[in-house]
Amino acid sequence: MSESLLPMYPPGLDPGPSFAELLRRVAPHELPGAALEGASALAAEVVHATTVVAIRFEGGVVMAGDRRATAGYSIASRRIEKVFPADEYSGVSIAGAAGPAVEMVKLFQVQLEHYEKVEGEQLSLEGKANQLAQFVRANLPAAMQGLAVVPLFAGYDHRRHRGRVYSFDVTGGKYEEADYQVSGSGGVHAKNWIKAQWREGMTSDEVIDLALKALFAAADEDAATGGPDLIRRIFPNVAVIDTNGFRALADDDVEARAQAVLGGPELGGTEVGGAQ
Amino acid sequence: MTMPFYVSPEQVMKDRADYARKGIARGRSLVALEYADGIVIVAENPSRTLFKISEIYDRIAFAGVGKYNEFQMLKIAGIRLADVKGYQYSREDVTANSLANAYAQTLGQVFTHEMKPYEVEILVAQVGTEEHPHNELFHILYDGTVMDEEHYTVLGGQAEAIIEQLKEQYTEGLDLGAAVRLGAKLLSAAEDESLTVDQLEVGALERSRDRRAFRRVKGEDLDTLLAG
Repeated sequence: MSESLLPMYPPGLDPGPSFAELLRRVAPHELPGAALEGASALAAEVVHATTVVAIRFEGGVVMAGDRRATAGYSIASRRIEKVFPADEYSGVSIAGAAGPAVEMVKLFQVQLEHYEKVEGEQLSLEGKANQLAQFVRANLPAAMQGLAVVPLFAGYDHRRHRGRVYSFDVTGGKYEEADYQVSGSGGVHAKNWIKAQWREGMTSDEVIDLALKALFAAADEDAATGGPDLIRRIFPNVAVIDTNGFRALADDDVEARAQAVLGGPELGGTEVGGAQ
Repeated sequence: MTMPFYVSPEQVMKDRADYARKGIARGRSLVALEYADGIVIVAENPSRTLFKISEIYDRIAFAGVGKYNEFQMLKIAGIRLADVKGYQYSREDVTANSLANAYAQTLGQVFTHEMKPYEVEILVAQVGTEEHPHNELFHILYDGTVMDEEHYTVLGGQAEAIIEQLKEQYTEGLDLGAAVRLGAKLLSAAEDESLTVDQLEVGALERSRDRRAFRRVKGEDLDTLLAG
C-alpha cells in the first residue's frame, strides 16, 4: 500500500469491518497462517509454549499460564507470556508453536479493535470467539507441518452477565466450555486438579488459587511446563476478567499467592535440602 | 459530434470550491480545543448513533463536518491506514502528521480529478503523552488544504464567526468542564439557540489514559460538565 494514499474500495471489494480481510487486500504476505515449505523438518526446534488454563467464577473468568517455552528438549524461554488481553473485556491464552501463536494474538487484537472503531460498537463475545476460530482454521496448513496453535479464549459477556470460556481445536473447531478448560501439553494434569476442586459460586480469589495449584501440578508432571521459580522469582501469568474488564495480576501479587497456596519452602522453596 | 464548450480551469476550480463550500455550510459547526489534560472536540449533533467524532488510533481522533457519508468514508479509510501501518511497523509509528498528509492527498486528488468534490472539512487531532505533552490539530479542507492549528480550531459553515469569539474567550489550561462549556456556548451562539445535552456530541483525547486516549463524553458525565 502506498503510504501517502488512503485505502478506499469500491462497493464489492470493500473489506468491511474485518482487519484480516483488509490485510489480505493490501499486504497478503503479512497474514499469518500461510503454509511454510519444509517447516515439518524444523518442528522439533520450533519454540513451543505450554499449559494455560481458563476457569469461570462467580462474576467472571480467570486465565493463567506457566512461563516456560521449549524447543525440542531445550528450554527456550523461562519468562514467555502466554496470557494476553484480546480487548477490554476478553483475553486469549496460547499453547503450541510460539511464533505463529504470538502472530495470531496480535492479529486478533487488531481485528477486534478495528471492528470496534469501524462499526462504532464491539463484537459480541460469541462473535469474537468465532473470529479467533477463523484464525485458528487459517493456521491449519502450518499445523499440519507441526506448527499447531491451540488458544483458549475467555471473557465477560455483558449481555449474559457472566464469564464464558471457549476452546478450539487445530481445525478451527470452537467449543464453549461450561466452567473451565485447559490447553497445552501439561493440560491434562492441570485439568484433573481443576475438576477435583472446582465448584459453582467460587470467588475470584479462590479460582486464582486453584489456577496456581493446577499449573503447579502440571509443572510437576510435564517437562514442558515451568513451575514457579522461587530463585529468579518467575511466577505464572494470571489475569482476571470481570465487569471491570481485563486485569493482569502484578508479579508480587502472584508471588504472594503462590507462596501461600503452594505451601511455602517445604514444597520447593529455597530451603529445600536443609543446607542450613 | 458536438463540441464541448470551453471552460477555463479557474472557473472549474471556482465552481467546485463554491459547490463544496455550499454543502459544508448546510451542516453544523464543530469546535476542537486543547485543555489542561488533552484535546476536547464539541459538535452539534442530535443523533446518538451517527457520530461526527471518532477514534482513529491510540492517541488520534477524527472529526468531520459536511456530508455524513463522505466524512464517514474518510474516517474508515483513516482507521484502515492507521491499523495497517501499526500492524506492519509499530503502534508508535502511526502519527497524525502522516495521516493528515494522506487525507490531504486524497481530498486534493478528488477535488481536481473527480466529477464532484467532497463536501467535507475534517480534523485529525493527536494528543501528546505525559513525557511529550505536545498536541497536534490538523484542519483539512475539501480541496486538500492542510492547516496545522494551535490551541483550537473550528470546522464548518460558521467557523469564521466562532473563531472570532474563541480568540477572545480561549485561555490555556482550561479544565475539561470549562472547555466543554466554552465549546457549547460558542456553538449555541452561532445557532442562536441554547444547545442541550441531547444536541451535543463530545469526544476527548485524554493524555493520561494508558493506550487508547479517546473517550466519548456523554450522558450523566456530560450533564455534570455542562452544569459546571
